[in-house]
Amino acid sequence: MAEIHLKALAHSYSDAPKGPADYAIREMDHVWKQGGAYALLGPSGCGKSTLLNIISGLLSPSDGDVLFDGKRVNDIPPETRNIAQVFQFPVIYDSMTVFDNLAFPLRNMKVPEAKVQAKVLEIAEILELQDMLKNKAKNLTADEKQKVSMGRGLVRDDVSAILFDEPLTVIDPHLKWKLRRKLKQIHEQFNITMVYVTHDQLEASTFADKIAVMYNGQIVQFGTPRELFESPNHTFVGYFIGSPGMNVVEVQRHNGGVTFNGVDIPLDDGLVDFLNQVPGNNLKIGIRPEFVHVSGESVLGAYEADISHLEDLGTYKILTFRLGGETMKARLDEDQEVPSGKAYVSFPKQWLKLYVDEYLVEDTYDE
Amino acid sequence: MNKVENNRAWFLVTPVFLLVAFSAVIPLMTVVNYSVQDIFDQNTAYFVGAEWYREVLNDPRLHDSLLRQFIFSGSVLLIEIPLGIAVALMMPTRGWTASASLILLAIPLLIPWNVIGTIWQVFGRADIGLFGWALNSIGVDYNYASNPMDAWFTVLLMDVWHWTSLVALLCYSGLRAIPEAYYQAARIDRASNWAIFRYIQLPKLKSVLVIGILLRFMDSFMIYTEPFVLTGGGPGNSTTFLSQTLTQMAIGQFDLGPAAAFSLIYFLIVLLVSWLFFTTITHLDKAK
Repeated sequence: MAEIHLKALAHSYSDAPKGPADYAIREMDHVWKQGGAYALLGPSGCGKSTLLNIISGLLSPSDGDVLFDGKRVNDIPPETRNIAQVFQFPVIYDSMTVFDNLAFPLRNMKVPEAKVQAKVLEIAEILELQDMLKNKAKNLTADEKQKVSMGRGLVRDDVSAILFDEPLTVIDPHLKWKLRRKLKQIHEQFNITMVYVTHDQLEASTFADKIAVMYNGQIVQFGTPRELFESPNHTFVGYFIGSPGMNVVEVQRHNGGVTFNGVDIPLDDGLVDFLNQVPGNNLKIGIRPEFVHVSGESVLGAYEADISHLEDLGTYKILTFRLGGETMKARLDEDQEVPSGKAYVSFPKQWLKLYVDEYLVEDTYDE
Repeated sequence: MNKVENNRAWFLVTPVFLLVAFSAVIPLMTVVNYSVQDIFDQNTAYFVGAEWYREVLNDPRLHDSLLRQFIFSGSVLLIEIPLGIAVALMMPTRGWTASASLILLAIPLLIPWNVIGTIWQVFGRADIGLFGWALNSIGVDYNYASNPMDAWFTVLLMDVWHWTSLVALLCYSGLRAIPEAYYQAARIDRASNWAIFRYIQLPKLKSVLVIGILLRFMDSFMIYTEPFVLTGGGPGNSTTFLSQTLTQMAIGQFDLGPAAAFSLIYFLIVLLVSWLFFTTITHLDKAK
């Protein structure tokens, strides 16, 4: 059982890093609690696989510590770290049968053969591999192979965390949900910490209780799928989570609020006060397309916008419009009336987010 | 769909047909033709059927060199395949040392056969050759020209020196093709180095090893130049392998009929053994 604590952790592939740009992982402090199901979500090249390899010990961090239950494990090699890892492309031992594949880690640890038998059968049952134990592993399908490589982690009693590195990449779409559900079920059955790396927000939110969004070598937000959706902590989270992503517009300070190209947006007093105190000029506002209010008639507080086009996606529609020279999107219900040519859009206050230097600024008084 | 019949399309296969005819079929058929006739001069030839085949198959000289040939090819495979794998495993994978070792290994492969024979003929001499002189001066009585065992040892050493590189280079490329994740998974599964070799590297090397074994078998089974240059097949007949026996028969004695029959048998042996290797290995693969 392990709680994984990344303490002041940073990693650079360069021997003499000069600035933050040389770091694949920028300094972070993060805790994965024992028994949680976590996802590490981010675009390609954001450092998520590096972070995973640091946790598993395949890579040694250049700065900071990795703590398992408070014990520093930086110098402990992966084979003695009590973790298992499932890779993007299924790793199986071609020449062995499914049974021997599952038994391999136990036999390497010199576990008595009777116990190996019992344990392998138990895990095979859970993974629904019991009918193919005698088959050569190389003839399995990709999803079965992935189950075998996960099984090699599960057979070991000492495994307290399983790390997944985009494990569904090579799986057929119709089998993905099945395997994902299996993972979820295994997580409930075993008291194991699971960290799941992916660049697919759907995979992340169906698998994990909490998602860490990574961007540029940093964890920019750690929260439930709902938190990531409703109050993205960073403009990148807004853009990356949701389909389509958040509308983010650069703005300037203005009397009682902010403005862009003649579009004035009033803000609550608390935020205005805050804005007057911070020096930064990198100000942005963001609103999710789901929360943009669209109407055919002029209503109080609405802005007149030009409609560019409408995409009908079957269960919902995406309306693209231009406001003050910026292109924005709104997500409408299938049965909602869509005005043509001009539309009046408004941004409900509770969903309008203000970002200073890319990070969310919240109204402090309503908390 | 409508199919247009056009027999002129047959002309399109003419180039291939001619090429195969001149490169393989006609020469081979000439040999077949010789092997069933007794030819005295241009106008006198008798059909003798399977007579030459019977004679050749009962020739003790051929039995001896066939046996020598199998022992030689077997030893070559037993030494070069494991040695090649070992060299490939020890080769550096990164940096200038990797390129340097690749070039170093490729050098023997670029040297012509007769030059190899000459190199070792000189190298092994007790009076002016470094190798022969060194062995003799540490008290080993080494003389490839008079001692059959020494001659055998030299021919084998020559072949190992010449061709282990090929196996090593093939294995090296096979090893480089194994994704890093396999090694990482093996570490996490606490596999020993031996287990990594046995269950990851060796299975992944199988296809290149099939090629390596086949090439080394066929080549060593047809060895001619090196022992010929070294001792001319001697001392006695100790290093006279099949191809040299065949040459003696065809060119030395001008027994074209038996030589032709023997060529065909030789060809069939190479084909049969290669086929056996190939099917055994691919069958092992399919077994569930």
